[in-house]
Amino acid sequence: MIEIKNLTKTYKTPDGSVEALKDVCITIPDGDIFGIIGMSGAGKSTLVRCINMLERPTEGTILVDGTDMGLLDKKQLRAARRKITMIFQNFNLLMQRNVLKNVCFPLELSGLPKAEAKEKALELLKIVGLEDKANVFPAQLSGGQQQRVAIARALATEPEVLLCDEATSALDPNTTRSILELIRSINEKLGITVIIITHQMSVVETVCRHVAILDNGTVVEQGDVGEVFSKPKTPAARRLVFPEGDTDPVIARDSDETFIRVVFNGGHATSTPLIAQLAIEKGIAANISYASTRNIGDGVYGSMLLGITGGRENIQQAIEYLQKTPGVVAEEVIVRV
Amino acid sequence: MFNNLLSGEAWSEALRILRLEFPAAVWETFYVTLLASLFAFLIGLPLGVLLVAGDKDGVLPLPAWLMRTLGVIINLLRSIPFLILMVLVFPITRAIVGTVVGTPATVVPLVIAAFPFVARLSESSIREIDPNIIEAAQSMGASPLQIIFKVMIPESIPSLISNATIAVTTILGYSAMSGVIGGGGLGKIAMNYGYYRYKYLVMIFAVILLILLVQLFQTFGTKLAIRSDKRLKNRSE
Repeated sequence: MIEIKNLTKTYKTPDGSVEALKDVCITIPDGDIFGIIGMSGAGKSTLVRCINMLERPTEGTILVDGTDMGLLDKKQLRAARRKITMIFQNFNLLMQRNVLKNVCFPLELSGLPKAEAKEKALELLKIVGLEDKANVFPAQLSGGQQQRVAIARALATEPEVLLCDEATSALDPNTTRSILELIRSINEKLGITVIIITHQMSVVETVCRHVAILDNGTVVEQGDVGEVFSKPKTPAARRLVFPEGDTDPVIARDSDETFIRVVFNGGHATSTPLIAQLAIEKGIAANISYASTRNIGDGVYGSMLLGITGGRENIQQAIEYLQKTPGVVAEEVIVRV
Repeated sequence: MFNNLLSGEAWSEALRILRLEFPAAVWETFYVTLLASLFAFLIGLPLGVLLVAGDKDGVLPLPAWLMRTLGVIINLLRSIPFLILMVLVFPITRAIVGTVVGTPATVVPLVIAAFPFVARLSESSIREIDPNIIEAAQSMGASPLQIIFKVMIPESIPSLISNATIAVTTILGYSAMSGVIGGGGLGKIAMNYGYYRYKYLVMIFAVILLILLVQLFQTFGTKLAIRSDKRLKNRSE
């Protein structure tokens, strides 16, 4: 279990001090896939670097399985870091070493004999599906392959925690998905706790069980992914969940419609024609002003903005009807025209 | 002053000197350059590493006063003209080699002149490394020494080789200058025949050979740097 308690990090700059993190408290259970999401500059990277003490917290404590990371001496910290490994946005492989030797690198650091390290590295390359690339150099690999090498390298020292710092931000959507699948299978098979730092909603939706939303150095919301994303309470969370925001809905100027925001958080199956059924069963014709949904796994994620005419009763009925569907949340919203 | 340059007599004499004295001179220049480069690197490379690693945010932070002193010494040595430095370090040369004239004696001032230069070149090579890679190594529990020997130096090898080539050609130039104080090699021949005895053709031969040596070192160094760089794509191993 990782407990982040009252973490504050202040940077001193020539123009005064900047608070990158303010009183952050997060508890991450063992075996979880925990997402930390926020816009750039929200303090995500600083937060994750505080966990393995690449950044020293100004205040607060980080407890990993009860051990206060801040109190470890240099040698203990190096040992602890072998159990809390990290992958990065730009992979950070050693460019002058081939794939096999990159994976051997952390084992070499820990003093494992070369032959054993090699054997283990080959095993790990098999797990990430790159056993045939052992002797090529990172520059000859695609981004996704490089990240797989980085994952194999991160697994070499048999960590208990894997920190992913924007690990898919430099990858295309398909590669992102395959890397996330790999991370999920590692989490399931090896029981490694995974902490994912990202600015991409889709990443959290796809793999995370819990999420904390970080905004301007503070945790504004945290909890179960479905709960947080289906009912974002704070403005920061709303900005993330509805990145398109209230920008482009098609609304007539003289409209007398009232608007309902429908949020799909993955429970609803793609196959049911929800809006059509609303019309058939309740006789309520909804005008789709805006929709942005996508299918992830076997559920629908995203949101819709429905315009409904006919007074309060209709609205109430529509909301009730939509709410009954699993994985769908509906609420009335005020839309500025 | 150049009117007798191409007379038959001048030619035959120059060719005779070329045959008799040049093989030894080329060899002397060659080995003095390489020997001085070797020592310059033995001192300069660790200093270059220290200049990077010892930074406030480096992997092995050293006291600020030490880093400043180091910087000042390096800049100081680099600002003394080589001709003057050669004379200045006579006592050191005498202490090490036993004499201040002759070819082996020129190695000492060459090393003293070149190591600060090599230190700066190595520093710039090592600074080219992506700091994220060093952070990654730290996240894996690498100690400062492991980072230096397993990340910083190996990752900057291609750049170090390029810069070493620059250093070697510069040292070659310096070694020719040492002809003034009794060092051997092509510089001595150019001085003795060209400057003191007005045998310009001999001097021109010496210059051509120096150019050829620089070309040789540069071509070899560039090839080696490219060959060693694994970042270049589509190379089969």
